[in-house]
Amino acid sequence: MKPALKFIPWRFLVQAMSLDPGHHHVLHPAAPQAGNIEWLYWVIFGVLTAVFVLMIAGFTWAGAKTGVAASHPLPIMEDKEGDHRARWVVGLAMGVTVVTLFVILVISVVTGKRIHGPTSKNPVTIQVTARQWWWEITYPNPQADQTITTANEIHVPVGAPIVVLTNSKDVIHSFWAPSITGKRDLIPGYSSAFWFQVDQPGTYHGQCAEFCGLQHAHMGFSVVAEPVDQFQAWQQQQLKAAAEPSTSEAVRGRDVFLTHACLMCHTIRGTDAGSHVGPDLTHIAGRNMIAAETLPNTAGALAGWIVDPQRIKPGTRMSPNPLAPDDLQALIVYLRSLQ
Amino acid sequence: MAKHFYFALLLVIAVLLVSCKREERILRQPPPANDILNTIQISGLNPGANSIPTPPNSNMYQESAYAVAEGQKLYEEYNCVGCHAHGGGGIGPALMDRDWIYGSEAGNIFSTIMQGRPNGMPSFRNRIPEYQAWEIAAYVRSLAGLLPKGVSPNRTDQMNIKPAESSTPEQTPSGITGIPGQHQ
Repeated sequence: MKPALKFIPWRFLVQAMSLDPGHHHVLHPAAPQAGNIEWLYWVIFGVLTAVFVLMIAGFTWAGAKTGVAASHPLPIMEDKEGDHRARWVVGLAMGVTVVTLFVILVISVVTGKRIHGPTSKNPVTIQVTARQWWWEITYPNPQADQTITTANEIHVPVGAPIVVLTNSKDVIHSFWAPSITGKRDLIPGYSSAFWFQVDQPGTYHGQCAEFCGLQHAHMGFSVVAEPVDQFQAWQQQQLKAAAEPSTSEAVRGRDVFLTHACLMCHTIRGTDAGSHVGPDLTHIAGRNMIAAETLPNTAGALAGWIVDPQRIKPGTRMSPNPLAPDDLQALIVYLRSLQ
Repeated sequence: MAKHFYFALLLVIAVLLVSCKREERILRQPPPANDILNTIQISGLNPGANSIPTPPNSNMYQESAYAVAEGQKLYEEYNCVGCHAHGGGGIGPALMDRDWIYGSEAGNIFSTIMQGRPNGMPSFRNRIPEYQAWEIAAYVRSLAGLLPKGVSPNRTDQMNIKPAESSTPEQTPSGITGIPGQHQ
């Protein structure tokens, strides 16, 4: 490879243009709103490319034309006909510019309108509360025992409109799942709402898109879109209290949880732990990732996260827990039993 | 002229260094010392001649604005507010006044948090990490105005609808503060 080509971030470019769907990509929409945004993107991209090409062509032409005359400077003289022509050309260019901008404005507004309101009157409602640096997800229900609380993993049925009620506990965050819809700011003390809909089943990555402090970059979430029956099964599972520990090691793990710092911040429904500072762990073993999409939900990652979270996410609100090895082992066994 | 310039530069650097310390964020805390509770001397009095120097109740957290602000958050999150309110007291004694039943030094407050005290103060030993207890202790001292203004909390990460703590005038708690026979 030529030395000059070495400095081009190939991997980034390949990733940006990759056809790997589902992950984190504006150009691979999986939802009607993201589709509209993608369409708008390509329209504006096309228009601006045309403008760019025309501009460069115009400059090149003008440069080539005057290049000969530059060595013989023209005497200053009146050129009435030339002035007249220039006035026409400039006027025409301005007119085309204004019309182009106006057209782009109109299609932007139309796209905004199109993605604004949900298409059905029977949506699934989700409350998303952003925290430093994770997402609290609740499925509100007038009946308290039918309310689901989870974290960082949003399950939705495919093809149904989802109304998201938003709020923030501390600073301004922004909810952004590029394959699904545009960004939405979550503002502390200010409840707001938007909607989205996912048409293709799959897991879609999302990310906080408003700088919110030290671990902003590690504040991810995922949207798991699944067929309605799977979604309802998931809901039924989430409504249950935590599984009772079945082995003596798991019982010990629960005791470790209830006698150490864990219970000061976390909830496990069905036990005495009921604090809402950190994520609800009642069904932690059922999630794919932990620590706001930072680590895979494996025994090793979980142990590392519990013992030294400040190494993994410096500044996170989770405190380090210097547990004795067999206490830690028992705790992991217990947490991994919480399906 | 150059002399003046270097002097000004030195002054600017000195000011910047001071502000660095104030805003220093110790994110990975040093591991807890063994049995720190038994090494803290609660009182400056010793039997016999008072010749042994009192060990300094060093609390590095009360020199950091970040740590005090963290203490403020934890004070809410661990529900200190439930009994002590925002310093005015209620079920528990007020923390913004000058009365300290178990001492006003950072080490005293740390021990009170970790060991618990009769008549209702629970023990938080093993429930909260030691560094967080130090941060809370630093914040509690700031409630009573015992910390320098430079580090006492003057902003939280939340949106504020009231003036910053460090710029509010001194207040005294009013009403019953939970300790029978304490108030005149």
